[in-house]
Amino acid sequence: MGILNIITYLPLVGALLILFFVPKDKPGAIRWMATAFALADFLASIYLWTGFDAKATGKNIFQFRFVTDWIPSLGVKYDFGVDGIAILLILMTTLMGLIAIISSFSAIDHRQKEYYVLLLLLQTGMIGTFCALDFFLFYVFWEIMLVPMYFIIGIWGGPRKLYAAIKFFLYTLAGSVLMLLSILGLYFFNSTGIPFLGIKGLGNAATFSVLQFHNIGHLIPADLQFWLFLGFFFGFAIKVPMFPFHTWLPDAHVEAPTAGSIILAAVLLKMGTYGFVRFALPILPDGTKQWLPWVVGLSIIGIIYGALVSLVQKDMKKLVAYSSVSHLGFVMLGMFALNPMGMRGSVLQMINHGISTGALFLLVGIIYERRHTRMIAEYGGLAKQMPMYAALFLIAALSSMGLPALNGFIGEFTILLGAANRSLVWASLASIGIVLGAAYLLWLYQRVFWGPLDNPANRAVRDVNRRELGLMVALIVCMVWIGVYPKPFFDMIEEPVNYVIAKVNGPAAHTLEAAK
Amino acid sequence: MIWSDAIFMMPEIVLTIAASLLLLAPVAGFRESEWSAKWATLFVIAVTAGSVLACSWAVSDMTPSAMLNGMFALDSFAVFFKLLFCAIMALIVLLSDDFLAESRYSPWEYYSLIAFALLGMMFMVSGLNLIAIWIGLELMSLSSYILAGFYKNELKSTEAAMKYFVLGAVSSAILLYGLSLIYGVCGSLNLFKVAAAMSTIVSNDALMFGIMLLGAGLCFKIAAAPFHVWTPDVYEGAPTPITAFLSTGSKAAAFAIFARIFYVALHDFQLDWSNVLATIAALSMVLGNLAAITQDNVKRMLAYSSIAHAGYVLLGIIALNNTGLRGILVYSLVYVFANLGIWATVLMLRRHEYAGERVDDFEGLHRRAPFFAFAMVIFLLSLGGIPPTAGFIGKYFLFAAAVQSGFGWLAVIAVLMSAVSMFYYLRLVVAMYLREGRDADVAITSPLRFVAAVCLIVTLALGIWPAPLVDGAGVSSRAIAVASNVGR
Repeated sequence: MGILNIITYLPLVGALLILFFVPKDKPGAIRWMATAFALADFLASIYLWTGFDAKATGKNIFQFRFVTDWIPSLGVKYDFGVDGIAILLILMTTLMGLIAIISSFSAIDHRQKEYYVLLLLLQTGMIGTFCALDFFLFYVFWEIMLVPMYFIIGIWGGPRKLYAAIKFFLYTLAGSVLMLLSILGLYFFNSTGIPFLGIKGLGNAATFSVLQFHNIGHLIPADLQFWLFLGFFFGFAIKVPMFPFHTWLPDAHVEAPTAGSIILAAVLLKMGTYGFVRFALPILPDGTKQWLPWVVGLSIIGIIYGALVSLVQKDMKKLVAYSSVSHLGFVMLGMFALNPMGMRGSVLQMINHGISTGALFLLVGIIYERRHTRMIAEYGGLAKQMPMYAALFLIAALSSMGLPALNGFIGEFTILLGAANRSLVWASLASIGIVLGAAYLLWLYQRVFWGPLDNPANRAVRDVNRRELGLMVALIVCMVWIGVYPKPFFDMIEEPVNYVIAKVNGPAAHTLEAAK
Repeated sequence: MIWSDAIFMMPEIVLTIAASLLLLAPVAGFRESEWSAKWATLFVIAVTAGSVLACSWAVSDMTPSAMLNGMFALDSFAVFFKLLFCAIMALIVLLSDDFLAESRYSPWEYYSLIAFALLGMMFMVSGLNLIAIWIGLELMSLSSYILAGFYKNELKSTEAAMKYFVLGAVSSAILLYGLSLIYGVCGSLNLFKVAAAMSTIVSNDALMFGIMLLGAGLCFKIAAAPFHVWTPDVYEGAPTPITAFLSTGSKAAAFAIFARIFYVALHDFQLDWSNVLATIAALSMVLGNLAAITQDNVKRMLAYSSIAHAGYVLLGIIALNNTGLRGILVYSLVYVFANLGIWATVLMLRRHEYAGERVDDFEGLHRRAPFFAFAMVIFLLSLGGIPPTAGFIGKYFLFAAAVQSGFGWLAVIAVLMSAVSMFYYLRLVVAMYLREGRDADVAITSPLRFVAAVCLIVTLALGIWPAPLVDGAGVSSRAIAVASNVGR
């Protein structure tokens, strides 16, 4: 059966049970079922974590393998397996999935059955994407995620939900179909080749196995790597999103319901960075190096641009959304430093960003539920009215801006170390982003929570209730844990990062002419 | 003709007799009995499908089984498509059910024309000789001209039939002229002999002209740009079940002969025609998808989308490799089932003769008909090539074929256009699920529900477990793959 299958399909089972057995006029039962399945999934992923052997090296970093034939005549296998990076992301997915479901209890008041079914379906898609070690399977899960998210934004979103939903769908789809072409290019290079273009294949049995592609990476001619990397780049960079492919993100975030934003920020964006670290870098080492200046340049632009745009936002949710562009610029920068330090920081920062930004979106959602506005100008002096809320917000904001002893600091600091190791210019440009990050978050905090409580509408606002407090405490525990004692997390990703670095810095590729 | 040869043609012989009987049934006193017309037709189709299976089993060890001096073959390729056509026609009969009940026209004539169209399709996929193929094509086309104008008193239907007939006749003539030029140069119309003759010819203007005319005629039949102009008008004007037939059965048959002719007879001339067809494919995908975006009428939208789908299938022909060949078979099947499911939903919305055709008419469908709305989402995702629907498997093959054959630029256009196509497919989803307020007007009948359920099961099952389809397509394409040296 395989523990990975259980973790992947448990939410699907829950979705189907709700769909067929719970009537839609019983929202309480629906919520209860959804929470139960999400919780069971989270516990199962913790069990997965405890059973993982972080010491394994080389190919053995991929554990809990489950391999069986799917479409034998094409060489497509149903191949599941996870390394430390994937496990951390799965843990975050199941945790954020649970939080997203619980946070929706009071926010979603119509078409609840469809809503929880779609959230659970989305979770199956996300976990499957992290588990897949077969490119065909990966692509299937990757695309499956689109549909539930499209509906979640489109049905339960804000005023411009239709525009945001379709933009999200089309942007991501356009990137992923180009990625599909690169996958096909790898597939044919590994087997028959592309005779028409004079590209001789390796003549291996046809397969979509990612591990096989990891092994042949250095055999791919440099010219071919250039194009294949471009295809992967479009697929992943749109998802990350990197500047200038980020324009779908603010729309999707602002219009999505709170739970949609949490999942989007915490998990869906990580699909892009995960894609780079799992596929694009180790399979196409030479393509990575050819495109490196561009990717790094766009990352640094993203860091500074995202922060500057955040600074001028009038809408809290939009501010947090643009801060994601900036933070994911850091993740990309650390990864493309192509040294163990930078990549470790980059992977950890994926988790950190999920927790911190997820927490911020949750907090924005809490206040939006009470006041039905996210405009910063509507607020002021909230600390007097909602002291608990103000404290939680402060912790989340500090974590997001990278205050020592909280998680963001560890990630950003490691990334900067890695980047500085490669080039001091990169690191110093990126640190501008940190300064700006502190600026927009603190300024936001100042405008919303301090000053006089002069808007009468804010005088009747309740502080957070126990359910909301519980969700935030869970996230804050993670922030402090990673901030104070990140060793278990670094241990998890040590070997996977070494594996990727070894592939990227392996033997150089031949040119197309030499390969002929 | 030797008597033992008759077994190859037994399904066609059975169907000819049965279709004629259907036409004669009203004379024999069954005129009033509309109910029995439907069941009689379904019975005929079932018997035909059964005889296809029985005959293919009986001649399984005789491939390539050609009879009538190499005119006609019952190879695995033909069997695949014949069974597919039988399934399509059975579903079309079910779709036609209450459309006929509302109109005052004789169902017997209608169903016998359906049976004759099926006969033409079955004949053409078995043809190994260009004239045999052409005769089958004409039988199918003539039946569909009449069916398109079956609403004799509706202006739109008559106009559609007239346009379809005039343009169709011209394209048939062009096709025939192309065949005559090929015959003049090659000295034979048998596909294998044409291929053999072509392998010795270096270049020849008359032959090139003939091939181009042949290609133009076939592109008209599959509705590829720039030979597509008839499609939106005919799809819009024809009675909806007939539109369903034109967009599935008639197209799949044209894909089949397109593949057979180009793979078997013209493979040595690939360099001469592949770039021309690549341009046509690119044009069809771009024009079809972009034009579909602006349509408010669902029938016209699907007409433009079918132009785009013709462009995708052309990828499989241009590629001229095994992946492309299998892709044509797989894609024909998945496209047919997704499309028929959509037509079932459109028919369900039809209250009067042409209502239920606007995108707005779908608003609020998820409340009135949750099953149909859900099925419709799956069908639209399948047409857009999103996993885990069968449409993804079809698109995968065609894109893979284009990459493998080195047409990278065409593959890039194709994948981007398939992303664009989701824009207008999602318009229907938006109307069904995302817009509140109106409630769609529906008339759910059990045949429509049956058709939608069958299509839904096929689309989802083959998307999640595609191995049987992929293997089946591999087996079915073997005869042609051997003939055209694309074994791998």
